Amino acid sequence: MLETKIPEGPLEKKWQNYQIQAQLINPANKKKLNIIVVGSGLAGAGAASTLAELGYDIKCFCYQDSARRAHSVAAQGGINAAKNYQHDGDSVWRMFYDTLKGGDFRSREANVYRLAELSAPLIDHYVQQGVPFAREYGGVLVNRSFGGVQVQRTFYARGQTGQQLLLAAYSQLYKMKRAGKVKMYPRHEMLDLVVIDGKAKGIIVRDLVTGALKRFAADAVVLATGGYSRVFRLSTLAIGCNGSAIWKAHKRGAFFAAPSFTQIHPTALPQASDAQSKLTLMSESLRNDGRIWVPLKPGDTRKANDIPEEERDYYLERRYPSFGNLAPRDIASRAAKERIDAGYGVGPLKNAVYLDFQHAIDRMGMETIKDRYGNLFSMYKKITGVDAYQEPMQISPAAHFSMGGLWVDYELMTTIPGLYAVGECNFSDHGANRLGANSLLQASIDGYFVLPNTINNYLSDSLKEQAPSVEHSEFDRVEQEVASHIEKLLNVNGNKTVDHFHRELGQVMWKECAMSRNKQGLIDAIDQIKDIRERYWQQVKITGSSNQLNPELEKGLRLADFIELGLLMCTDALQREESCGAHFREEYQTEQGEAMRRDEDFSFVSAWEYQEGEFKLHRENLQFEYVQPTVRSYK
Amino acid sequence: MQVTFKIWRQSNAEAKGSFKSYPIDGLSKDMSFLEALDHLNETLVLQDEEVIAFEYDCREGICGQCGVFINGRAHGPHDNTTTCQLHMRSFEDGSTIVVEPWRAAAFPVVKDLIVDRSGLDRIIEQGGFISAKTGTAPEANAILINKEVADKAMDAAACIGCGACVATCKNASAALFTSAKINHLNSLPQGKQEAVRRVLDMANQMDREGFGSCTFTGACQVECPEGISITNIAEMNALRLKAQLLG
Repeated sequence: MLETKIPEGPLEKKWQNYQIQAQLINPANKKKLNIIVVGSGLAGAGAASTLAELGYDIKCFCYQDSARRAHSVAAQGGINAAKNYQHDGDSVWRMFYDTLKGGDFRSREANVYRLAELSAPLIDHYVQQGVPFAREYGGVLVNRSFGGVQVQRTFYARGQTGQQLLLAAYSQLYKMKRAGKVKMYPRHEMLDLVVIDGKAKGIIVRDLVTGALKRFAADAVVLATGGYSRVFRLSTLAIGCNGSAIWKAHKRGAFFAAPSFTQIHPTALPQASDAQSKLTLMSESLRNDGRIWVPLKPGDTRKANDIPEEERDYYLERRYPSFGNLAPRDIASRAAKERIDAGYGVGPLKNAVYLDFQHAIDRMGMETIKDRYGNLFSMYKKITGVDAYQEPMQISPAAHFSMGGLWVDYELMTTIPGLYAVGECNFSDHGANRLGANSLLQASIDGYFVLPNTINNYLSDSLKEQAPSVEHSEFDRVEQEVASHIEKLLNVNGNKTVDHFHRELGQVMWKECAMSRNKQGLIDAIDQIKDIRERYWQQVKITGSSNQLNPELEKGLRLADFIELGLLMCTDALQREESCGAHFREEYQTEQGEAMRRDEDFSFVSAWEYQEGEFKLHRENLQFEYVQPTVRSYK
Repeated sequence: MQVTFKIWRQSNAEAKGSFKSYPIDGLSKDMSFLEALDHLNETLVLQDEEVIAFEYDCREGICGQCGVFINGRAHGPHDNTTTCQLHMRSFEDGSTIVVEPWRAAAFPVVKDLIVDRSGLDRIIEQGGFISAKTGTAPEANAILINKEVADKAMDAAACIGCGACVATCKNASAALFTSAKINHLNSLPQGKQEAVRRVLDMANQMDREGFGSCTFTGACQVECPEGISITNIAEMNALRLKAQLLG
């Protein structure tokens, strides 16, 4: 059923073999083909601009006012590449291994290898596009370390790497807009997918300014809509990030893989109140030079600087001596949770741990630390009012990246022919936990290098078919469904706000489906979410109408999908009776509290099919030919 | 904490707008300014009123989508920050806070506090890129770049495209925005090939969009969340003049 399309040959030849055998389309014919790209982040803008350069006609959609706002912009720390510029033993193989192990052996070898293989040319690409990466005095590129890795392979542009890569991608997108090959639709949100005779042929979007529903037809549809961790409400994501496009695709037949694999980032700013809308991330790169600790004494009320060295517990260094403060994110987050739950948390709500730079400042001087992290320290000060050069930062785990997403094969095609998913919205390379600085990488590789080479295999057949048209009756039907859905939501006219329900959903998800999960909790969570869903459709109140700019309606539509997605996430977490990566089931842990995989029963990717409100599990068995899965240890 | 928001309401681009006052209670000093507006919007929904439309996305100072005039200043009372990074502790309890959209002919109001900044995208479209196709790049370290040059390029490249420079300028000039992108790319060896065309095309587009001229008041660099310097504008003007004279 699930055909992965992994090419023949040894691991290091697979991508090459794929390209040799792939279909080609001549330039004159490419002009006849239309592709829709939803999302304008690194994956979306990269795919749209590259496909446009190849000759396809592209329509690119984003909900923001400009493509430059896509949330790739917020990634701070860097992007990995196996360049081995630091001469520290790095290689494509090592990067492949680190990523596979980092994901706790729940991803495909062939995909992960391709990611590592294409990382080096991607840095070449971005340098050529004018990304001002950090440089040594001699003019060469600088690298730094990131979590879960013992080499230095991370490239960065201050603490604004995502912004600089996104602006490069955005500028290429607008270069192709100027060339007339890309048509941009900002302030447009995809509300449904149109599938005709089993193939993705278009989308229904809402013009967010006028409220009008519009139809767009194409030979292929590419979703590049990012992650869905706003299901927790409080997350590191932008407020507008949502799961609606992939959820609608899921309901139209695309399988959803590993939905519960969510990364909880260890170094965000702690929650201060219920009114809070966002948990700001502090880059993982800070863990290069910052040391994480809590007081040795529970409930210690002294100020951080008053606690002497011998009364501090550098718990990551204690538990994971070989990786220390650079333990991977899932492990660092769980370790923080363990200390906080045990009563060692700091800050007014006792929900944080310290990230301390005093040793680094003593060792390397203030100027070096300012040069490396200056903008992060000033961001910290703007938000908290605290000078982190003088006292430690307070940080706390927060919902961050979605490893899960639409199931895709080696070509990044979903189970709906003609529908592709690239970047964070797919499940492809990160397994059960993503390594730091691999997110910008995967989004870019998918968009720039993989999809433009794989989409031809599908499109070469489209040439023989009739060009898709918005006049098709299926467009009528789907648009009508979207319109009714909107009217139904507006007509509830209850007495509670959208945010009220989002807070409820977020609390259930954070309690039962985040860092630590158990069977009973998940069963209860499913009941609670069903109850939230029922009450949502009876009690929500949204003012204003559908034919105007209506931010409350936008939120309401997204939340309706998040509620359903939350159900699937809990269902997935319940089904997977093992611990792996970010998915930690309390029933399956070692005596030291580490995750315990159950390879014999769970060495597969869960791909869920939507069946009228129920979810049916399909298994993609993972074959490990080149690396034997081992117990993932960072001790 | 209690404040009165005096907010510009305008139902669409064509409609006539006006200020409306909203006293609001139950705020805390640690709330961000935008969270206070969220709170106000929730109370409006429960009173059966339409919410105030305002923009935001990342809420961590990098996407550039938020941005309103607060008590007569772009992004509020502090220098070099974004609206989303402003907190209620910056205001007195009981005070009145006046909130307006960016005011510039080139930024027409879309609704309430939302304006259309697509003119900035069209400036980028005219040359804010390096014309090189995916797949054509040389080895990254084959292009050596002096650290100071790279740092200077990064200083200019940091622009988040929020439009505060335009909004705060008495001439509504986009010179800081445009020059930052020109200098980012023109200072790097990769960008030199198109340096002349870039400065001419982008600066011409800036004029066509209806942004005003720069008279070097320096107001923009005070409000710029990234602290981008007006020396960029001087460099752009010199480059433009040189390009116009010598081609």
